[in-house]
Amino acid sequence: MTTEQDIINANRFGYGIRPNETPFSAGMLAQMQSVDPADTALAYPDTDERRMGLVALRNARRSGGVDSREFKQLRQEIRDVINEDFRRLLVRPTLSPRGFRERIFAFWLDHFTVAPSQLNSQILLGAYFEDAIRPNLSGRFVDLLKAVVTHPSMILFLDQNASVGPNSRAGQRRDRGLNENLAREILELHTLGVDAAYSQADVRQFAELLTGLTVTYEGVEFNQAIAEPGPETILGKTYGEGSASLDNIFEFLEDLAVNPTTAMHLAQKLAVHFIGPEPDKDYVQTMADAYLASDGELIALYDVLLNHSAAQSPLGQKARLPFEYTISCMRAIEIPADLILGLNSGELQNGFQVPLTGMGQRPFRPNGPDGWDEALEAWITPPTLAARINWAGEMAQNHAADRNPKKLLETVLGPLASDDLRVAMAAVDAQWEGVALMMISPTFMRR
Amino acid sequence: MTLSRRKFISQTVALGCSAAASPLLAPVTFAATPGENRLVVIILRGAMDGLDVVQPYGDPNLAGWRPNLIAGEAAGSFDLDGFFSLNKGLEELMPLWHAGELSFAHAVSTPYRDKRSHFDGQDLLENGGGNADASLTPAGDGWLNRVLSLMPDTHVETAFAVGRERMLLLEGAQDHSIWSPESALNLSSQAELLLNRIYGSDPLFTETVQMAMDLSKTNDTMSMGGGRNGQIRALAQFTADKLNDASRIAAFSVGGWDTHNNQSRSMGNAMEQLSEAILVLKNRLGNNWQRTTVMAITEFGRTVAENGSMGTDHGTGGAMIMAGGALKGRKVMTDWPGLDESDLYQNRDLMPTSDVRRYAGWVLRDMFGIPLSDLGNIVFPGVDFGDNPGVTAG
Repeated sequence: MTTEQDIINANRFGYGIRPNETPFSAGMLAQMQSVDPADTALAYPDTDERRMGLVALRNARRSGGVDSREFKQLRQEIRDVINEDFRRLLVRPTLSPRGFRERIFAFWLDHFTVAPSQLNSQILLGAYFEDAIRPNLSGRFVDLLKAVVTHPSMILFLDQNASVGPNSRAGQRRDRGLNENLAREILELHTLGVDAAYSQADVRQFAELLTGLTVTYEGVEFNQAIAEPGPETILGKTYGEGSASLDNIFEFLEDLAVNPTTAMHLAQKLAVHFIGPEPDKDYVQTMADAYLASDGELIALYDVLLNHSAAQSPLGQKARLPFEYTISCMRAIEIPADLILGLNSGELQNGFQVPLTGMGQRPFRPNGPDGWDEALEAWITPPTLAARINWAGEMAQNHAADRNPKKLLETVLGPLASDDLRVAMAAVDAQWEGVALMMISPTFMRR
Repeated sequence: MTLSRRKFISQTVALGCSAAASPLLAPVTFAATPGENRLVVIILRGAMDGLDVVQPYGDPNLAGWRPNLIAGEAAGSFDLDGFFSLNKGLEELMPLWHAGELSFAHAVSTPYRDKRSHFDGQDLLENGGGNADASLTPAGDGWLNRVLSLMPDTHVETAFAVGRERMLLLEGAQDHSIWSPESALNLSSQAELLLNRIYGSDPLFTETVQMAMDLSKTNDTMSMGGGRNGQIRALAQFTADKLNDASRIAAFSVGGWDTHNNQSRSMGNAMEQLSEAILVLKNRLGNNWQRTTVMAITEFGRTVAENGSMGTDHGTGGAMIMAGGALKGRKVMTDWPGLDESDLYQNRDLMPTSDVRRYAGWVLRDMFGIPLSDLGNIVFPGVDFGDNPGVTAG
């Protein structure tokens, strides 16, 4: 039996109720502490296989040119993989009873945003999700951070592949130098946060420490020839006294990960994402303290996030973001896995990419490395709300014409539904219209 | 549940491809407008490299900082005044320059200093506050919204935020409109009634859906034109149509300026979009172009030295771009600080010698007759407006 608290939790910490789902009964925190069988259920090409695909594409271009049949076929295969990645991204949360786990996955995707515009980088994105982020959802934060910073997607997106130590052999010979982009964003967005006490000199020194880390067609490597020689001093501590190496970078990331400012930044961001714009101060502090006491375990954050009394704050301070919203709708009307997995590229385009863009969230293309806006007001605007209403209406008409809206409402929103919504849903001519009203109601769009 | 495999979602709902609502839409009529002058503010997101767009090729130190990002004649740029040249990516704006409809301000910035974060920088740019650490004014609203509070005869369509992304610039207590050219919300009258019922107790949803319904009834849905600039063209066309009607202020964004890498290529697309937007505005505004000022502003400039990957990193001072028939144009307004290492801000960035808000303030005074005292108290707290730089013919 689904209780009111189950519905509240499903909306706040998951993707909402899917009727007839067998719930994950061990609780939300346990979702992070056990193996998810879905991790191995859907095969995907990993980072290295995709890299080999890019090598093959390059070779085809060199031998036959961009008009050759082989090149065109390889390009098409890459597009197919990108579409398959998108289908996997849709189907997992739509079908998973581990809603909290899926939301946490989405949270870290956004925290470590990469937004590639070129096909050569877009092909890596699905592997970044599965190889760098998903295996590290519940270990130590530093392991997630290391996996992200050394993945080709992040290296390419924040230009680390273009950064060369000015006094390295390559720097001297070719008159090349630093690119600050990755160093700055790790400090500002991924760890300490913009309000922390770091300086331009720290950014610069960190950028020097990062030199050597790069990616080529051979994969990610640490290349001594482009690494800035000598130690770097960041936030008052010196790193890399010996020769330059990836270990020096990791040593700094270890320190960054358990810096108390990082702990507060992560705790604040989780609270804002799941609860609302001005979270309880004790909530954030308790989360940060638990994280530091555990030496940087993510589970310590999640435990407080779920179990502190502030986790019971009133619902509705946030809007489901468009991607989350579409998943929640598909869960509510029980879209089956084979329907999503069978979508062709035109259906993905018209059914998701174009409508999500209209709702303000063009898939994988936030405007910058800071990811998507958290504010309710950013998502409920006239053009984006219109796009939500249009999409939900079409979905209900095409896929929920046979549903009893009254029964669905009791299951999906239950006691959260307002009297006005009940009255309006009783006044429609066709069943699908009732389902549409439920999905476009403020109660369904807010969480 | 059995579900026959059917089209997942109808083609007709696809954004931008839907049929126009009606060719016979009646424009809303407003009893009065706050005058005939028009202002368009374009936010250039990502930090435009002012030194590469409006190149101080006459400064003897420029070439030394930028061995690859070359300027002046050698780069195919267009000489402006013997000291500055315009990047060839903005070639199509040169006729405006010759017609006195294009100007620049250089070595300008907001008060934001040192952290060089895009996101804080953009917030302060749009808020208009005066704090170097990017903390916002108490209301946290947009400066263009506060401008509305100082204008007579405003209504909900006086100011338009165009596009799907949030614009802090226009957010605040004063009513304004938000719409995107390819949007539509065509509901039956019964559906409208039901929607009003379920949104009735939620003010945010009530106001938002009401505006969506109203704007949908009075605007044809524009299709996303083809080609790489179709979207920006649609945005600019829609903006011009609103300004030809009852709107007097509009704002939208052009992104793509964060050029850390291979800048000569990566900045080209952003310049093309900006140039396209300005030209579409000019063409579509017709005679109203003569009463229009376009201001393009960015969160900060970029490093004076090019970085190790033929791009530039986050800096401080930069440039702003102004266009329009209302301009007394054809000038680069600047108190040029020089590019010797000792002239730079923190030995790295172009030293800002004036405030973006000073130029914006004088434009607001000359276009809309708002007294500087009000602008200094309400719109741009703490700014020193100095002498009138004479952006417009006003």
